[in-house]
Amino acid sequence: MIWFAAALVSFAALAWGFRLAGQAATGRAPYFRDMTFGVAYGYIFAVAALAWLVWAYMQGRSPDPAVANKFFFLRIAVEGFVVFAIGAWLFRLLGRNVGTKGTKRLFRSMPLTASFGIMMILIYVFVAVFASFLAPYGQAEIIRGVAANIMPGGDIALGGNPDFPLGTDQIGRDILSRLIYGAQNTVGIAFATTVIAFMLGGSMGFLAATLGGWLDQLLSRIVDVLMAIPSLIFALLLMTIASVWAPRLGIPQTYFMILIIAVIDSTRVYRLSRAVGQSIVVMDYIEAAKLRGEGMGYLMFKEILPNATAPLLAEFGLRFCFVFLTIASLSFLGVGIQPPLADWGTMVRDLGGFVNFAQFAPMVATPPLLAAGAIALLAVAVNFVVDWMLHRSSGLKD
Amino acid sequence: MTQAPDTTPLVKIRDIRIDGRSDETWLPIIKGVNLTLQRGQVLGLIGESGAGKSTLGLAAMGYTRDGVRISGGSVEFDGIDLLTASAAVKRDLLGKRIAYVAQSAAASFNPAHRLIDQHVEAPVQHGIAGRKDSAEDGIALYRKLRLPNPEEIGFRYPHQVSGGQLQRAMTAMAMSCRPDLIIFDEPTTALDVTTQIEVLSAIRDIVAQYNTAAIYITHDLAVVAQMADRIKVLLRGEEVETADTRTMLTAPVQDYTKSLWAVRSFERPAKPAVQKGTVPLVTVQNVDAAYGKEKVLHDVSFDIHAGRTVAVVGESGSGKSTTARCITGLLPPIAGQILFDGAPLPPDYRKRSKDQLRQIQMIYQMADTALNPRMSVGQIIARPVQFYLGLTGKAKRQRVDALLNQIELDPAEYYNRLPSELSGGQKQRIGIARALAAEPRFIICDEVTSALDQLVAEGILRLLARLQDELSLSYMFITHDLATVRAIADEVVVMKDGHVVEQGPKAEMFRPPHHAYTDLLLSSVPEMDPDWLSNLLAERGVDNIGDAAVNKL
Repeated sequence: MIWFAAALVSFAALAWGFRLAGQAATGRAPYFRDMTFGVAYGYIFAVAALAWLVWAYMQGRSPDPAVANKFFFLRIAVEGFVVFAIGAWLFRLLGRNVGTKGTKRLFRSMPLTASFGIMMILIYVFVAVFASFLAPYGQAEIIRGVAANIMPGGDIALGGNPDFPLGTDQIGRDILSRLIYGAQNTVGIAFATTVIAFMLGGSMGFLAATLGGWLDQLLSRIVDVLMAIPSLIFALLLMTIASVWAPRLGIPQTYFMILIIAVIDSTRVYRLSRAVGQSIVVMDYIEAAKLRGEGMGYLMFKEILPNATAPLLAEFGLRFCFVFLTIASLSFLGVGIQPPLADWGTMVRDLGGFVNFAQFAPMVATPPLLAAGAIALLAVAVNFVVDWMLHRSSGLKD
Repeated sequence: MTQAPDTTPLVKIRDIRIDGRSDETWLPIIKGVNLTLQRGQVLGLIGESGAGKSTLGLAAMGYTRDGVRISGGSVEFDGIDLLTASAAVKRDLLGKRIAYVAQSAAASFNPAHRLIDQHVEAPVQHGIAGRKDSAEDGIALYRKLRLPNPEEIGFRYPHQVSGGQLQRAMTAMAMSCRPDLIIFDEPTTALDVTTQIEVLSAIRDIVAQYNTAAIYITHDLAVVAQMADRIKVLLRGEEVETADTRTMLTAPVQDYTKSLWAVRSFERPAKPAVQKGTVPLVTVQNVDAAYGKEKVLHDVSFDIHAGRTVAVVGESGSGKSTTARCITGLLPPIAGQILFDGAPLPPDYRKRSKDQLRQIQMIYQMADTALNPRMSVGQIIARPVQFYLGLTGKAKRQRVDALLNQIELDPAEYYNRLPSELSGGQKQRIGIARALAAEPRFIICDEVTSALDQLVAEGILRLLARLQDELSLSYMFITHDLATVRAIADEVVVMKDGHVVEQGPKAEMFRPPHHAYTDLLLSSVPEMDPDWLSNLLAERGVDNIGDAAVNKL
C-alpha cells in the first residue's frame, strides 16, 4: 500500500519532469506548452501501467509452470487482444479496398472498434448459418469410446486428446461442436426474439405517439406495470407456467420463451419508440401529411419510421445483447433452451465447477470460460457497432 | 461614435484562410480576408448565410469551432498574435478583453443558474472584481441597458426573462469586464421588430459610452446601417468591399453589393379593388379559439378574395399562426366559422373531405422541418400528386417534372436529391412545389421568407407572385416583416393579442393615420438611412419605442 502511494507521488515528479523535458526538446511547441499537469500525469501513469502489463505478460510466458499459471489468463487476454486488433485492422483495410463506393467510404471513417464489432458479428453469423458443416460432431452426440472431461488444449501429456482440441464435457460430448451449435441456437433465438420485440414495441410506440390521448395513456400504463416487475423474475415465473402448458398444447417450450422475452423486452422498445416518435410527430412534415388526409399506416411507416431508424437500430443492437443475456441466464437457471440442444448459458452452468481449478491448472478451468467468452465477445462486438452507429446518427464529428 | 485618437489598430487580421472539414476533405470557408479595427470603432460584417461571417467573427478571437481550422494568415489583437499565443495568454484575453454575444441568448445562458451568477463569473475568474462589486456593477449595467427592474432582474433564471431582455442581459455580461472588443453575432435576428429596436438602441448606447470596439455580424442591412461605422461585405468567404457606412449605402461599388441594396425595392403593382358583392374565397367569421382554457383569438374576422394576397401582421404571440391553424382545421375554433367559397368548412380537418383538404395548402416557415429528411425531392412532390390526383407511373413523373420546372429547379438534377442536399431557398421552393402539387386555390404562407437571406427571400417572393398571376391563387401571408408586406400584399390585417386591430388595402395601411399599434410596428422597422435610429430616438424619446411603448398601449 505504502509502495503504491509512493509510486503515485513519484509519478507526479516524473510528470513534471516529462512536461519540462517535452517543452525543452520541442522548443515550446503548442502541444507541450499548453499541456496541463493532469495530462502529463496521465501519460506517465499510462506508461507505468503499460510497463506492468508487459512484465505480467512476460511472467505468463515464464518456463516455470507455477509462475506461468498465475498469469495464464492475462497472457491469453493480451494475446487475444493483439490478435483481434490486427484482425480488425486487416478487416478494415479489406473493407476500404473492396466493395462499392459507399461501403468503402463507410470503412474509411470507421474506428477500429467498430470494424472489430462488424467482423465478429459476421463471423458469428457465418458460424451460426453453417454450423452443421463446421462442427466435427453433432451437438447432442455422445462419442463412443471417448472419455468424458477431456482437457482442452489437445496435449496428451496433460490429459488432452488432439481429436478434441477444446476437450469434451461431463458426458463426453465435443465442446467445440457444442460451441458452434450454440451460436446457431442462442444467437438465432435471440435474433428472432428481438425482431418480435421490435415489431410489437415499435408499432405500439408509434401508434401511441401519433394518436396520443387515452390510447397513449392506456398503453403507457400497461407498459409501466410490466416494467415495474423485475424482468428476470417475471420471465422465470412465466416460463414455469409455460413449462406446464407446453407439453399439454404440444408446442415446444422454446416458442413460449421467445414470446415471453419478446413481450417483456417490447416494453423497453415501446418507451423508446414512443419518445422518438413524439419528437417526430411535432415536425411540420407530419402536420403537412395529416392535413393532406393521410391514413395512420402511411404516417407511421412512411413518415415516422424512416426518421426513427437510427435510434431504433442502435437500440436493436443493445436489446439484442440483453435478450441474448436473458436467454443465457434462463438457460443457466434451467428453464431456457432445453437439453440436449447446445446453448452457451447451459454450458456455463454444466461446466461451471471447473473454474475452481483456475489457480493451479488453468487449462482445466477453460471449458466454462469458452462459452462465457463467446457470450461476452458477441456482447462487446454488438455494443461497439451500436456505439459507432449512435455516434454517426448524432452527427458528432471527431 | 467618436474615433479614438490612438490609431494603432486593435484587431489586425491579415490574409486569413479558414478551412472547414466536410466529408474527409478540408474545404475553404474564408479565402484570405483582411480586417482592421480601430479602438472604439464598430465594424459591420454582412453577407448571406454561408458567407463566413460568424467564422470570421470567431477567428477575430483566435477561436474556431470544432471541425474548422485556421490554415493561414495572422490575427493580431493589440499586438498579440492570437494564433501562436499560448492557451494561458488566450485564457487571459478571452472574456476579459474580448467578449462575444451569441445569436440566441436563450440557448447561450445556462438555464440552471441565475443571470447575476453568470454575470459575475468572468470578473471573478479574471480577478478584476469581487463577487459583490461585480454584482453591483451588473445592476448598474442592467440599468444602463434599460432593463426593467434592474435591481431584481439579475436574480431571475433565464427562462423567467423575455428574449429581448435576455439579449440585453447577455450584452451586459459581455460588458462585465469592460472589454476592448465585443463580437456581436446576429444579436437581434431572432427578435420581433419592436423588441429589436430596443436592443439595438441599448447596444449602441453602451458601446459608445465605454468606447468599446465591436464587430457586428448580421444579414440585415438596415440594422447594420444603424450600428456600424464601417461595413464589410462578404460573399462565399471573400471580401466584396469595405467602406464607411454612408459611402457604402449611397455609393456601393461592386455589383453584388448593389444587388443586396436593391432587394428592398421589390414591390408588386397594386391590383384593382375587389368588386362589391363577390363571394370571398375564404372568410374567417367571428372566430374565437383557445388552447385548453387559455383564449388566444378573440372575434377574428377577415376575407380573402380569389387571386389576392392578404398579409397578416403582428408580433410573435399575436395569434397569426393560430388563425392559420383554425383555417386548416388543426385547431377547431370554439366559436365562429370558416367559409370556403361561401360554404362553411367542417371545423376539424379530420371531418373534411379530400377535396376540401386539397383546396387549402400550407407552406411552412422552417423548410428544414417541413420536408421529411428521409424522402427525396421527387417522393415529396409525388406524394400529393398521387394522393389527390391519382396519377401513377409516367404521368406522375411528368407532373412532378412540370412542378419542378414551375419552381425553377431542373428536374433532372434535383429529382433524386434529399432535402439535406439543398440550400435554404431551394428547400422552400420544394415546399411550394408540394403545396402546388395538390392544385389548391388557397395557400397559407407561414413566415415563408423569415428564415432566408434577403436575396433568396426576394427570389421566393417573386416566384410566389408569378405563380399567383399564372394560377390565380390566393395567399394568406403570415409575417412580421413589414418589408415583405410592402412587397407582396394586396390587403393587410394587423393583429395584436388575438385581436384584429386594423385591416384594409395595403396602400391605406402605409398611409397615416393608423391605429397606435400599427404606427408603432411601422416605425420600428429599421430603414437603410444610417440616421434613422438616432432620429427616431430624438423624435420619440427612449421610453416610447419598442416593447416599452407596446406595454403603454
